[in-house]
Amino acid sequence: MAYAAGVDVGSTQTKAIIIDEQRNVVGRSLGDTGANVVVAAETAFAQALADGKIEEGEVEYIIGTGYGRYRVTFGNDQVTEISCHARGAVRFFPNTRSVVDMGGQDTKAIRVNDKGEIDDFCMNDKCAAGTGRFLGAAAAALDMGLDDLGPTALKATKPVRISTTCTVFAESEVLAWLGKGKKVEDILWGVHQSIASRSSALMRRVGIEDEITFTGGVTRNVAMIKALEERLDKKLNVSEESHYMGAMGAAMFALDRIFASREPAEATETAR
Amino acid sequence: MSITAGIDVGSTYTKAVVLQDDSVIGMAMKATGFKLTEVSEAMFRAAIADAGIDREDVEYTIATGYGRHQCNVKDLAVTDLTAAARGAHFFFPGTRTVLDIGGQTMKVTRIDETARVKSFRLNDKCAAGTGAFLEKTARYMGFGTEEIGGLMDTSKEHVTISGVCAVFAESEVINHLSQGTSPADIMQGSADSLSARSVQLLKRAKAEPEYTLTGGLLRWPRMIDTIAKQLDAEVNSAKGDLVQYTGAVGAALLGRIRLEKLAEKGVVEQTA
Repeated sequence: MAYAAGVDVGSTQTKAIIIDEQRNVVGRSLGDTGANVVVAAETAFAQALADGKIEEGEVEYIIGTGYGRYRVTFGNDQVTEISCHARGAVRFFPNTRSVVDMGGQDTKAIRVNDKGEIDDFCMNDKCAAGTGRFLGAAAAALDMGLDDLGPTALKATKPVRISTTCTVFAESEVLAWLGKGKKVEDILWGVHQSIASRSSALMRRVGIEDEITFTGGVTRNVAMIKALEERLDKKLNVSEESHYMGAMGAAMFALDRIFASREPAEATETAR
Repeated sequence: MSITAGIDVGSTYTKAVVLQDDSVIGMAMKATGFKLTEVSEAMFRAAIADAGIDREDVEYTIATGYGRHQCNVKDLAVTDLTAAARGAHFFFPGTRTVLDIGGQTMKVTRIDETARVKSFRLNDKCAAGTGAFLEKTARYMGFGTEEIGGLMDTSKEHVTISGVCAVFAESEVINHLSQGTSPADIMQGSADSLSARSVQLLKRAKAEPEYTLTGGLLRWPRMIDTIAKQLDAEVNSAKGDLVQYTGAVGAALLGRIRLEKLAEKGVVEQTA
């Protein structure tokens, strides 16, 4: 029995997934990326091995993805996070046609065809508006933990409209609304709506098709799921695996390589 | 002989001046914060105290800046563009273009020989083109706003900071620091990038000389030099602290003009 691994080094968090030959997840880990990207990748992989009680030597192929994929020094190859998120999304939700990945520093919209291949994608790499950082800025301004944002926002009764685009200015706007006596939950729901509006605009640029799968770290945020669903007027596929979609996709590509190395005939057949 | 006051309630600082004929006789400045009504009144009183006069001596008060409508001690509100144009014209009558860089905006205004606004271009959507960019860069390195000028003065080597997004600049700054780049060079690098943005905005506005620079960022001589060098032209700026008070001085001047008009009208009414 051989294992394949995917290590997704994101701007904020690093995720690792180990799968067996039947594409079942046997080990996983999640940790902050921090300043030392090489160490973050090594730690994530070691923890996933420990989680699955697997020896390093049993993992035959490792693929790195995410913004720090070239720092996965022990990896055999790298694949972009666009490909990996699409692959991971299709693995868990086979009818996926659109993927929206919301991470710590960027948001990506990906359109895939009925074969699970990428038709088009779009991302905001020049501006932090509409990304997880916008939530981070609001959390900092309100002195709250990231995980408290969603549940608090859902309590909103009179949402505040956030007018600023820039994440830096949003921080001051949040404080200004607080100064005017607005409730934290009403401000926060406004923040989520603002991000949903920016991301749906990004999605519209590549075209939105059913089904939509939501991936990335922000999927943990219940209010973000609700805000996006309201904005798009569609249900989103989200599962506990959503946070690991990139790493999962990378592991799937790694498994492809293992199979390809065994029987050349299988090389063109993509494991779904 | 008249005494008028100008209050410039900016996004970051609130400035107030008392003007007697052509001399500034009182000045006061404080961080705006979130209580705009309170801070504008406090600065109005402080400028009066600085001038050593009584509140009743002030014949007319004009408020300007983003918080002008929250100012309760005003007789009239004018836009920041009109006020800065008048202030720039007062210090440098040859001014045809005003470049104002504030905490959360960057504005280019073209004016005629009577200080009337002909056209303008502004950025208030993205922090990368405003003073907030330098403030953020300084903060990522553990420095406060007041240390920016001193840092720039000691810069020795050129470093390129992309300046696309004030949020994404954080990882760029951290990368530079980890490679041993000095904070002074990083600070100057951000000033270069902000300055390049201002030159772009000037070009888009089809700016013509003489150029007069105003706003809080220009209190650092190195910032003025940086813009002059990139623009490859001579630039004017009011001496010392006054550069930050240009809008407030303009507002006070407009107050005097208003008084004169009211007086004329009064005379006409009396004779009629």
